[in-house]
Amino acid sequence: MGAIIQYIESYLKTKDLTPGAAGNMFWALVYIMLVFAGLSVAVIAMNWLERKILAHMQVRLGPMRVGPHGLLQPIADAIKLLLKEDIMPAEADGFVFWMAPLIVVLAAFTVFVVVPFGPTHAITDMNIGILFMLGVSSLSVLGIVMAGWASNSHYPLMGALRSSAQMVSYEVAMGLAVVSAILMTSLNATGTGTLSMIGIVQAQQAQGEWFIFKFFPLGLIAFFVFAVAMVAETNRAPFDLAEAESELTAGFHTEYSGFRWSLFFLAEYSAMIAVSSIAVTLWLGGWLRPFPNMLSGNPWDQIFSLFPGVTFLFFAAICFYNTVRMPKHPLFRIQTIGLAGFGAVLGLIGLVLFVPAVSTRIQDIFWFSAKVAGFMYLYIWYRGTFPRYRFDQLMQMGWKVLLPLGLGVLILTASVALLQQKIWHP
Amino acid sequence: MVIGGILVITRRNPVHSALALIVTLLAQASIYLMLYAPFVAGVQIILYAGGIMVLFLFVIMLVSIERSMKERQFNSQWVIGIIAATALGGLFIAVYTKGRDIFPDGPPTMMEGDNTQKVASLLYGQYMFAFEIASLLLLVAIIGAVVMAKKRI
Repeated sequence: MGAIIQYIESYLKTKDLTPGAAGNMFWALVYIMLVFAGLSVAVIAMNWLERKILAHMQVRLGPMRVGPHGLLQPIADAIKLLLKEDIMPAEADGFVFWMAPLIVVLAAFTVFVVVPFGPTHAITDMNIGILFMLGVSSLSVLGIVMAGWASNSHYPLMGALRSSAQMVSYEVAMGLAVVSAILMTSLNATGTGTLSMIGIVQAQQAQGEWFIFKFFPLGLIAFFVFAVAMVAETNRAPFDLAEAESELTAGFHTEYSGFRWSLFFLAEYSAMIAVSSIAVTLWLGGWLRPFPNMLSGNPWDQIFSLFPGVTFLFFAAICFYNTVRMPKHPLFRIQTIGLAGFGAVLGLIGLVLFVPAVSTRIQDIFWFSAKVAGFMYLYIWYRGTFPRYRFDQLMQMGWKVLLPLGLGVLILTASVALLQQKIWHP
Repeated sequence: MVIGGILVITRRNPVHSALALIVTLLAQASIYLMLYAPFVAGVQIILYAGGIMVLFLFVIMLVSIERSMKERQFNSQWVIGIIAATALGGLFIAVYTKGRDIFPDGPPTMMEGDNTQKVASLLYGQYMFAFEIASLLLLVAIIGAVVMAKKRI
C-alpha cells in the first residue's frame, strides 16, 4: 500500500515531464480521464453553441424552450438518441455495420493522447507526435468507408465513397502544410527540428514568434492551406456534400439511428477539435499567451494571468443579464432560477480561477482552449456563411489549388530558411 | 499479425479480407514500434493503413461482390502448393541455422530519441540519389496510370 502511494506521488515530484514520458501509469490514466471528460463537455457545448450561433446568424433565436435559453437542449438530444430504436438494415453486413462507428470514434479520440495543453499537461509526448496525429486521424476514413458499405443501400455507399475521396485528397494538402511548419522548428541553434507536439510549441517560444507570423506571408499561407484542408477533412461546411441533408439524404450515416448515429456525431466534433488543436499547436503558439516575447515581464504577466477569471466572470455577467431579461411569467420561474444558478456556477469558477495557486497551473490550458474555441467559432461561422461546394469543385480545389499552394509554400519556406541560415545570420 | 494474415486469406467476403489486412498492417506498425523505429511506424499507419487500404476498399466496393462470393472456392493445385511452401520453409530454416551472423544479437539497444532526425539525415544526405530515383519512379507510375485511364490522349 505504501509502495503504491509512493509510486503515485513520485510523479508529483518530477516537474517537467508528461505522465507518459515519466512512465507513470496512474497519472496517465488520470489525465486520460480528464481529457475524455473535457472533450465530452466540449462536444456537448459545441452542440448547443452551434445551434444558437447559427440561429443568431440567421436572425432567429434557436432552441429556447428546453432549458433557459436552450441550455438543456443537448441533454434532451442525448436522451432522445439513446432511447431511439436501433435499426440495422436487412442484408447488411452485421459485423462491419457494428464496427464502423467504433473505428471512427476510436480514431477521433485516440488522437488526443498527444495534444499538448501545456508543457507538461499532455497525456504523453511522443517523439513522432504530429505524425501520430495525422496517421490516426486518417484511420477514420476507413470507418466511414465501412459505414457506407455496410449499410447495403446506395445513398450511404455514394456518400461514403465521396466523403472518403474528399478526406484522402485533403489529407495531402494538410500534410504539406504541416511539413512546412515542421520545417520552421529546425531553425534553431542545433539545426534539428522535432516532430513532438510539445517540442513544436517550445520551438515557437524559443524563436520568439508564432509560426503563423514567421517569414511573413509564408507562415500565413501555410496556415490558410491547413485551415481550409482541415475543414474539408472533417466533412464540415462548406465541404459537407457527403452528409448534407439536401443532397444525399444523410450520406454515409443514413442507416444509422439512435446511439450509433450519436457516435458518428461525437466523432465528427472530436475530429474538429483535434485538427483545430493541430492548427493551434503548429501555427498559433499552442499554450503560449498572446505576445509572449514582445510584452513580457512582470506587469504584462500579471495582466494576462487575470484573463481566465475575467472570462468566466464575463460569462456569468451575461447569464445574470439574461436572467433579468427573462419574462416575468410564473411559468418561467424555474427557467429563471436555473439560469441564475448557472450564472452563479460560472461566477464561482471565475472567482476560483483568480486564486494564484490555481491560476498559475491553469494558464496554459486556458490559452490553448481559448484558441481552439476560436477555431470552433470559425467552423460554425463557415457553416452559416458559405454555400456548399459541388463535389467536382471540391476535388478540383483540393488537387489543383491547395496542393500546388502547399508545395509552393514548402519550397519557398525552405529557401527562405536556408537563406536566413547561410547569408543573413551565418 | 499472424491471425490477421490468416484471416485475410480465409475470408470469403473480400471486404472482410481487406479489414483483416488493415489489422495486419497495424500490427506491423506496432512491430516497428517494438524495434524502436517510431518514424517508420507512423508513416506505415498514415500511408498503408490510411491511404492504400482506402483505395483497396474503393475498388472492392465498386466491383460487384455477390458474384465473387457465390463462386466456388477451388484448390486444385494443392500438391504444388505444399511443395512450394515446404521449400520456402526449408529455405527459412536454412538461413536461420546456417547464416546466424546476419541477424543482430539482441533487440536494438539505441533508444528512439532522435530516430526521425537520423532517418532524415541519412535519407537526404547519404542516400539522396536513391530518394530522387524513387520519387522519379513514382512520377512515372502516376503518369502511366493517368495515360491509361484517360479517354482521349
